[in-house]
Amino acid sequence: MIEVPDLNGRFGKFGGRYVPETLMNALLELEEAYKRYSQDPEFIAEIRNLLHKYSGRPTSLYHAQHLSEQLGGAQIYLKREDLNHTGAHKINNTIGQGILAKRMGKTKIIAETGAGQHGVASATVAALLGLECKVFMGEEDMKRQELNVFRMQLLGAEVVPVTSGTRTLKDACNETLRYWVSHVDDTYYILGSATGPHPYPMIVRDFQRIIGDETREQIVKEAGRLPDYVVAAVGGGSNAIGMFYPFIGDDSVKLIGVEAAGRGVDTEEHAATMTKGRHGVFQGSLSYVLQDDHGQVLPAHSISAGLDYPGIGPEHAYLKDTDRANYVPITDAEALDALQLLSRTEGIIPALESAHAIAEVVKLAPKLSREEIVVVCLSGRGDKDVQAIMGYLNGGGVNNGH
Amino acid sequence: MAINAIDAAFQRLLEEGRTALIPFVTIGDPDLGTSVDIIKTLEQAGADMVELGVPYSDPLADGPVIQRASERALSNASVTLADVIDVAAQARAAGVQLPFILFTYFNPVLQFGLDRFFDLIVSKGISGLIIPDLPIEEDAELREMAERADIHLIPLVAPTSNDRVTRIAAKARGFVYCVSSLGVTGVRADFHKGIDEFLATVRSATSTPIAVGFGISNREQVERFSKQADGVIVGSAIVRKIEEVVPLLQSPDTKQAGLEQIRQFVSELSGRA
Repeated sequence: MIEVPDLNGRFGKFGGRYVPETLMNALLELEEAYKRYSQDPEFIAEIRNLLHKYSGRPTSLYHAQHLSEQLGGAQIYLKREDLNHTGAHKINNTIGQGILAKRMGKTKIIAETGAGQHGVASATVAALLGLECKVFMGEEDMKRQELNVFRMQLLGAEVVPVTSGTRTLKDACNETLRYWVSHVDDTYYILGSATGPHPYPMIVRDFQRIIGDETREQIVKEAGRLPDYVVAAVGGGSNAIGMFYPFIGDDSVKLIGVEAAGRGVDTEEHAATMTKGRHGVFQGSLSYVLQDDHGQVLPAHSISAGLDYPGIGPEHAYLKDTDRANYVPITDAEALDALQLLSRTEGIIPALESAHAIAEVVKLAPKLSREEIVVVCLSGRGDKDVQAIMGYLNGGGVNNGH
Repeated sequence: MAINAIDAAFQRLLEEGRTALIPFVTIGDPDLGTSVDIIKTLEQAGADMVELGVPYSDPLADGPVIQRASERALSNASVTLADVIDVAAQARAAGVQLPFILFTYFNPVLQFGLDRFFDLIVSKGISGLIIPDLPIEEDAELREMAERADIHLIPLVAPTSNDRVTRIAAKARGFVYCVSSLGVTGVRADFHKGIDEFLATVRSATSTPIAVGFGISNREQVERFSKQADGVIVGSAIVRKIEEVVPLLQSPDTKQAGLEQIRQFVSELSGRA
């Protein structure tokens, strides 16, 4: 197994640092600081301590026996990232980067957010660590996720409306980078996904790999062996890379990333970057991108605001092109069905993002034997989506979504 | 090989003791035909070379003014990289002598194909290339192709570039684009506080001409930087002027009046009013 990224931030041909010169120094400074602190036992202990005492890690690995039985195939295990403080895996990364920001002497943090999960996780850590916090959020998303906007404000963060371009996550990312360029002296940018210029995809993966590390240990302890399949939803791909990474060297473990097919990959309204995208440079790295023939980035669509993104982290592009992981699309409707199924069979309401991973398991498990094991990353809880789901289910289906 | 038009222009300016005025315009704002007229107007108003901006969906280095221009060009006319290069050829055919510098984000070039791209820009009379999201760490392949095609790859340096300045300046062709302030493109009153020292550092690092850009919007600022630099780039201020007169430019009856306002504005910048 070759260690990636290389010194230039490349995962094979993917990744890199395609940013304006005005940002290069900040990225180099970040890389330098991360290299130093990630070897520092005190830094590591501080993060471990917070993950444990503040966020409640390790999260459990739960054998979903009812769901397994109902689907009539493989044994399904859920990695319960929904049990984290703030309700999703996002906090693993914001705790890590928040402490890194403090070590680097930064007093202010900024973050982008789509659905608001990463924004809430950033605002939470800012409150905890005494940092000033600005969260950039598309004006459209602010309307769709009013409650999360208020949560961030309650936590003391300023939510900055983004009115450029699509007014959603894609342009919130652009605006955060633009703001960072003019405030690099005292401001740390907590990027929320395994995307963007080097060293972010590496840093986010390293802070999220705890998901896979714990899962590996837990499944071996419980089932006596490694799983046959590991499944996770991908937007930018942070929970998936965190889940996959510790299994990459285990050839017997099949890795499946589940992307949002929106209203279908044959329509123009989807976020199926791997299925329908091509290699391209977007927001600082070379990866797969949803784009037109001329290289203009296309708007994405998904019922799940967290997957509603036309790019994907470069390490996923590398895993796809080296055939180490497989990426499959799941539609809005399939995700919504899976969400209801999991709610009724196990009493767990998953986030719409995680419901995409569950939907793939609904397709996969019946084809497998009862001896086979599928582990799914349940990246977040569904409370944030309940109001939207109510609208979809009572208001005539998924076509009434955004 | 004939001398690159950008080098020739700087040589002439040096002999005349003048500083280059280098306007930036977003091509296709408000439409391709009007862009040809605007380029002619810039030449009449005393511009010495011109940056032709390729509209892009995600212009990371640009502020709101150029973002809006990009959006107008993309939504009005779905302007492509090839369209912009074609506008350069049309302007040349209409008698424009100015050296052309193509300003584009990297992805449209990557999707077009690098070989095809260089063949095309050479054949259409482009002399220089600025790719704001391609720092030296990522530009090896493209730089080599540019050298072979005698297209000048013009790099950006920023006040935060520190020890990178020497490495960047050493590879510069045409001129070194010095970013006057941290942040995105756009009109501003203040420049980076260490700007004079920064320009002096770049100057001492290279014999290639240096030009200053980002936030320069009036004659006073142009004069201020003329003392320290061989060229001054004005982008957002001109794009904003174009935005103001878009309604005039879009009607055949008032088009000339719109172009005249642009000419006046740029003449004031060039001091040839």
